[in-house]
Amino acid sequence: MFYRELKTQKKKITLTILALAWGTFSIVILLAFGDGLDRQMTKAIHGLGEGIVIVYGGQTSKPYKGLGKGRRILLREDDVELLKNRVSGIKLISPECDRYDNTLSYGQKNITERVIGVFPSFEEMRTYYPERNSRFLNPVDLQKKRRVVFLGNKLKEKLFEEEEAIGKTIMINSIPFLVIGVMQEKMQNSMYNGPDEEKAAIPFSTYQAIYGDKYLDRLIYKPKNISQAAAVKKEVYKAFAEKYKFDPEDEQALNIWDMIEEEELNNKIFLGIEIFMTIVGSLTLLVAGVGVANIMYVSAKRRTKEIGIKMAVGAKKRYVLFQFISEALMIAFIGGAGGVLFSFLVIKLFLILPFEGDVADILAHPVISLNTMALTAIILGIIGFLAGFFPARKAASKNPVEALRYE
Amino acid sequence: MIKMINIQKIYGTGTAQVEALKGIDLEIKRNEFIGLIGPSGSGKSTLMNIMGCLDVPTFGEYYFEEKSVESLTHNQLAEIRNEKIGFVFQNFNLLPYATTFENVEIPMIFKGFRTKERKNRVMELLEKVGLEGRALHKPSELSGGELQRVAIARSLANNPSLILADEPTGNLDTKSGDEILKILENLWEQGHTIVVITHNPNISARAQKIVKLIDGMMENNGK
Repeated sequence: MFYRELKTQKKKITLTILALAWGTFSIVILLAFGDGLDRQMTKAIHGLGEGIVIVYGGQTSKPYKGLGKGRRILLREDDVELLKNRVSGIKLISPECDRYDNTLSYGQKNITERVIGVFPSFEEMRTYYPERNSRFLNPVDLQKKRRVVFLGNKLKEKLFEEEEAIGKTIMINSIPFLVIGVMQEKMQNSMYNGPDEEKAAIPFSTYQAIYGDKYLDRLIYKPKNISQAAAVKKEVYKAFAEKYKFDPEDEQALNIWDMIEEEELNNKIFLGIEIFMTIVGSLTLLVAGVGVANIMYVSAKRRTKEIGIKMAVGAKKRYVLFQFISEALMIAFIGGAGGVLFSFLVIKLFLILPFEGDVADILAHPVISLNTMALTAIILGIIGFLAGFFPARKAASKNPVEALRYE
Repeated sequence: MIKMINIQKIYGTGTAQVEALKGIDLEIKRNEFIGLIGPSGSGKSTLMNIMGCLDVPTFGEYYFEEKSVESLTHNQLAEIRNEKIGFVFQNFNLLPYATTFENVEIPMIFKGFRTKERKNRVMELLEKVGLEGRALHKPSELSGGELQRVAIARSLANNPSLILADEPTGNLDTKSGDEILKILENLWEQGHTIVVITHNPNISARAQKIVKLIDGMMENNGK
């Protein structure tokens, strides 16, 4: 019955509900696209690898123990053993050698592509995950110097098109190799020497038997514990400094691409973006909140006489408070629910639409998170409560006679 | 039932002060029918508001059923208004958006009666004031006499011992006024204590006792 009282202010209430719905919509959409962007970017970064460090050789820039500066430092195969023994914080490690000018052929097709020689641990570190019913290189391949190859998915398409590749033999520089695996499609926006989907990976031992490279192109390791990453990096640097006799403080002796550090930085940037969006959304919602407060205030004033009548026949203070707060909460709830519903629709629509290309991959994947919902619910609840509470307290603290006299 | 000792009511402060009541001593016994008369501005309504616990005196002591009202909290006053006192206003003071039924029902909701009990009691009261056919009408669809009968039914909602009526016939034609008077008389006969502010000589003629206020003071006592 008492909600009938609100009917007298239909227009104002409708506008307020619209404002609340719009505020909720803004905050949900902003955060959904922000979260989606964050998730897709992280995924793309993880295309190269998660929690890994890539070490390259370098050139000394400081004289050290009688040795001049400008010395080339190049990594060798036995460095892998050295790090395994010296640095306990390393979980996985692999050397990597590669050559570009290889002719890969299958049937009548000849393609020039890059071939890399690596350890089985490369799979986890560099996310070379195999498609169903196929596998990456394993320790036996490495031990027996098997002539087996793992193909990037794009490379497989070029060579085989729709044909099944697993179990087939391809030629790499006229040497036969058995295809044991094809890489799962992945997003990758960080890379060296081109995307992984175009490379062919063979066991490191096989690679060396064929090419006999004296130096490694790079070395990749993954620390056991991300929180120890900085200490592990220092130890790695020290081990190399000792072996190759350079100053451990010489930052140019080795080139290190630290994905862990990079990701931390990235996370901070995204946290910043998220905070910014939350603030923008909350402010929008707050503006709507002022609308609710305004309407409840006006409504309390206009209804002072009715409040007086109710108090005259025995309404207690808490009844008046409850009535106003529940009204405000109801308005906030309707507006909020409308906004959430609308944003769900928009997001669903976005996910259905066939966006393609790199930009869409990154941008067009909005995610509605529980956090976002909880945040909007809390803000709306607070708005509803405050907007109802103050005018109601004012109305309820009036003397019944005063309230009755109000026209 | 009611005892007032030196009740004063002062509105405003400083030079704008108005003394509405200048010291009222009054005692009302159970089941009395009191007529409160006097020119406008004499403080009748102020006195009645204090009697009905809608307002508090600036000075003086007011005992309602032997209890000092001064010491009561907001909520306790609300309970007294809800259960012990029925108020009938000159301008009815009904909720405009609510039906006759709902208007009468409201004090019962505040008291915490269940839906079924409320329904029976409301219909009983509407029958008593002859409005059983108007239960679902809104105030805007009723005549002045009917509105006042709704207000009386509401004042009886929780069967109060004291009924206060502030010029209940002031806005009504003679016929409707007589009907209201009849209802009030019946209530008196059923044991309610009744205080009526009125200019209507018919009503004051029926009252057991007349209290006349002039300029915030009582002129004489009883007839």
